[in-house]
Amino acid sequence: MNCQRCNIRKATVHLTKIVNNEKTEAYLCEECARETGQLPFSGGNPFAFQNLLQGILSPELDSFEQYQQKLECDKCGLSYRDFTQKGLFGCANCYDTFSEQIEPIFKRVHGNTLHNGKVPGRRGGTLRIKREIEELREEMQRAVFCEDFEKAAEIRDKIKELEEKEKKQKQG
Amino acid sequence: MGEENKAYSSLSHWISGDGPDSEIVMSSRIRLARNLKDFVYPNIADTESRKKVSEAVKDALTSEDLCLHYIQMSDLPELERELLVEKHLVSPIHAENGTGKDVFIDDKESISIMVNEEDHIRLQVLKPGMQLNKAWEIASEIDDRLEQKLDFAFSERWGYLTACPTNVGTGLRASVMVHLPALNFTNNAAKLLSAVSRLGLAIRGLYGEGSESIGNIYQISNQVTLGHTEMDIIENLNSVTSEIINQEKKAREGLMNDIKVKDRIRRSYGVLRYAYQISSEEAMNLISHVRLGIDMGIINDVDPRVLGELMILIRPAHIQKIHGRELDIVERDIKRAELIQNRLSI
Repeated sequence: MNCQRCNIRKATVHLTKIVNNEKTEAYLCEECARETGQLPFSGGNPFAFQNLLQGILSPELDSFEQYQQKLECDKCGLSYRDFTQKGLFGCANCYDTFSEQIEPIFKRVHGNTLHNGKVPGRRGGTLRIKREIEELREEMQRAVFCEDFEKAAEIRDKIKELEEKEKKQKQG
Repeated sequence: MGEENKAYSSLSHWISGDGPDSEIVMSSRIRLARNLKDFVYPNIADTESRKKVSEAVKDALTSEDLCLHYIQMSDLPELERELLVEKHLVSPIHAENGTGKDVFIDDKESISIMVNEEDHIRLQVLKPGMQLNKAWEIASEIDDRLEQKLDFAFSERWGYLTACPTNVGTGLRASVMVHLPALNFTNNAAKLLSAVSRLGLAIRGLYGEGSESIGNIYQISNQVTLGHTEMDIIENLNSVTSEIINQEKKAREGLMNDIKVKDRIRRSYGVLRYAYQISSEEAMNLISHVRLGIDMGIINDVDPRVLGELMILIRPAHIQKIHGRELDIVERDIKRAELIQNRLSI
């Protein structure tokens, strides 16, 4: 079937309109549908991240989801609903407020939910030490495997030192 | 003519310099997103809060000896802001009106630090050719120095807490700008696009998100920012890019004896040399052919850096800057043709 408007291209859009209880139908090609403003996707990029996020997170709401939508960050006042619409957090505290809700988003977007990259020196807390300990443990295992027990013992002492440091930092 | 010379010399180092594999990789870029933990993010911040962030970052940066120029976006006339966008030193949103929007740029225009963009801090390092690792070293060093002075929003679980969930974790976007005319000639570009997207990478046209490829130029960048180390992300992009380089080289070898392609290249060169007026899109496509012709040894009397330079110079704000006044579209197309002819005869 050809488009009813241009009669050239194939009709790929089937349009049903009900105005004042009167039903009209039209078969148009995509171009004519867009030109006549009948195609909802013509403006903007429908696949922008924000729009997709909105789609993922705004299905029909049950009561639990309604509760989620009302959830609000106590530092910046951003509601979960605002977040799903804008796709942007309002402040660092939002991450804690919406932690349960955003974990599945991270899983979808990144396939991961745990940071594995750079850690800031001052604000990294004990994470930097933890990473260092992990690396040393691997090194120690390698040393043991190569039967270099002297080196393994040295590394073990280093690990102990770091563990002490970690404890102190946690307390302080 | 004097004005024009000034414009040439005002080109950023990353676009006029040479780097490894610059035959195919035009530039490498590292971008880090950081936020201050005690302030709300720019998308909801009021004027006062934005100003405080701007002050804090300014203090931190000026106490470090980084030799950066400080620019308040609101101080610049629209044309100058557009120039920065065309040079890839600020994003289009950053050039729009708004308070507390700053940018810090170094002399070579390879470092740019935007303040109060989508995140409080967007740090970017651009290098010519394939130099992601070098760019990362510089960006990470500046990041370390900033971190001495500023409390970044960071969590052990999720890393750097960015405004958009697509940047969380490392806050790192690594990208390369590649020129792939032969893959396009041999109709392999589309296959490449779908292959690349399966490797956790995004591929876009020259002018960023949603833009189509113009002049056979593509930007390839990492999509995932959480869960991998920065080095993993960069190495992944490095290895995919070197495979793309191989494919493009092979495609170029295959075109060496293709008479139709040789003819297209020479015709493109002819149009660029003699057109009276030209749109930027047409110009980019023809310049791309000429660059391919240079790389393949078909055109011998043109500087190979021409594509990179002209890519920036023929854009609307640059054309108007060179001529010192606003120009309408028709005037621009005429001046663009003139500019290209001047540049090709150097």
